[in-house]
Amino acid sequence: MSTPSSSAGSIWFRYASPASFYPLAGQLIPWFGAAAAILALAGLYVGFFVAPTDWQQGEAYRIIFIHVPAAWMAMFTYLVMASWCAISLAFNTRLSAMMAQALAPTGAMFAFVSLWTGAFWGRPTWGAYWVWDARLTSTLILLFLYLGFIALRASIDDPRRADRAAAVLALVGAINVPIIYFSVRWWNTLHQGSSISMTAAPKMAHTMLTAMLLMTLAAWAYTIAVALYRVRSIIVEREALSGWVGALERPGEAGPTMAGAATR
Amino acid sequence: MREHAATGAFAALGWACRRDLRLAMRSRAELAVILLFFLLVTSLFPLAVSPDPALLRAIAPGIAWVAALLASLLGLSRLFAVDHGDGTLEQMVLAPAPLQALVAGKVLAHWLATGVPLVLLSPVAGLQFGLPADAIAVLAASLAIGTPILSWLGAVAAALTLGARGGSSLLALLVLPLAVPVLIFGAGAVESFTSGLGADAHLSLLGAGLIAAWVLGPGATALAVRIAHE
Repeated sequence: MSTPSSSAGSIWFRYASPASFYPLAGQLIPWFGAAAAILALAGLYVGFFVAPTDWQQGEAYRIIFIHVPAAWMAMFTYLVMASWCAISLAFNTRLSAMMAQALAPTGAMFAFVSLWTGAFWGRPTWGAYWVWDARLTSTLILLFLYLGFIALRASIDDPRRADRAAAVLALVGAINVPIIYFSVRWWNTLHQGSSISMTAAPKMAHTMLTAMLLMTLAAWAYTIAVALYRVRSIIVEREALSGWVGALERPGEAGPTMAGAATR
Repeated sequence: MREHAATGAFAALGWACRRDLRLAMRSRAELAVILLFFLLVTSLFPLAVSPDPALLRAIAPGIAWVAALLASLLGLSRLFAVDHGDGTLEQMVLAPAPLQALVAGKVLAHWLATGVPLVLLSPVAGLQFGLPADAIAVLAASLAIGTPILSWLGAVAAALTLGARGGSSLLALLVLPLAVPVLIFGAGAVESFTSGLGADAHLSLLGAGLIAAWVLGPGATALAVRIAHE
């Protein structure tokens, strides 16, 4: 690799190497993990004990503090994943493809959580676990896109080929996501009108907003921590035959060898 | 020089299209199976749902479109797999002609061999469900614009799954979520026509999708084919 002139550039290039990113990820995980735990505890406390009861929906609305952050995270994670895929295709970097691979299960999990909590929220408020609302339907399709990405990766044996094939799929999906969203919305409004709309919710109290914000930040921190944890496993798995991973298993040599690998 | 490159691309497209059409004509039984499948699926719905004409007329466009979508999946796995297996596809990757043009020719041939017969057969399905003649025309038009988009989506997915385990079920998992907008606008065209709103908006959106598919499809498919040959 050529040595870039600017110091900011050199940091980017330095940490684009799995060998030097591995220890950095290890150092970052506890911070993001702790942030996720603290923010989630604070958010749940504010959401369940401080925020007022909704005059219309009673206590049932409180699932919003899990439901909405999960739905946001599911959509945002797909965007981040597709960006990593674009970077990996454009610059042929291994680590960005690994990051995309590490993010996919968490995004799928959040899409599933938002559907699951939505069903539990829908039952008391709408009277049905599932309605063919535009948002529900597009979240379901988003979940299928995540599962397709994971399935395609899993069914190609060569990891570099799997990286690139999955990246193309993620980008095709990213172009399609807004089309899917608007087509589903149009389809829904043409068919049954917006008799049930989540946008018509009453104006939100300040404490509710605080709780939602805390939970959203917790979801962010959780996603980062879990993705870093997973990417470390992926790095070790893929680079198992390289010298620096072998050195990890002999703790005495780990320090100097890793420093050597990072500067190489 | 530029002009030469352009004629080269069209010549490559035409060559690949003619070659695949000739191959398709030599295995006509496979094409017939796809069409039979389409008719079978549409015939199953009255048996499973109810023979009530009003209900059948209401669900006809959706059924015709879902059946066409599933039928278009059937031939997809063979689109690149056979050429991949005997090394032809590798020669196409190495050939001086642009790979985008070659895959475009293959996709065009695939649509001519499987999509066009579905379009021609759709009036039969429409008659089965008691659709009026003008609604049948809209159904055929929506299929004529929509099935090439399905061919392109399927071509990208088929090229991505070359050499992957899982075969056609994986292909279905990749294609079906991406095909949702085509399904909505295609079936919606007939529905909004019969409800008196006119099909123009839906057909225009399908047309926009068709243009986008022809602009983005060749590059994405060629990239996917190249990835399979690294």
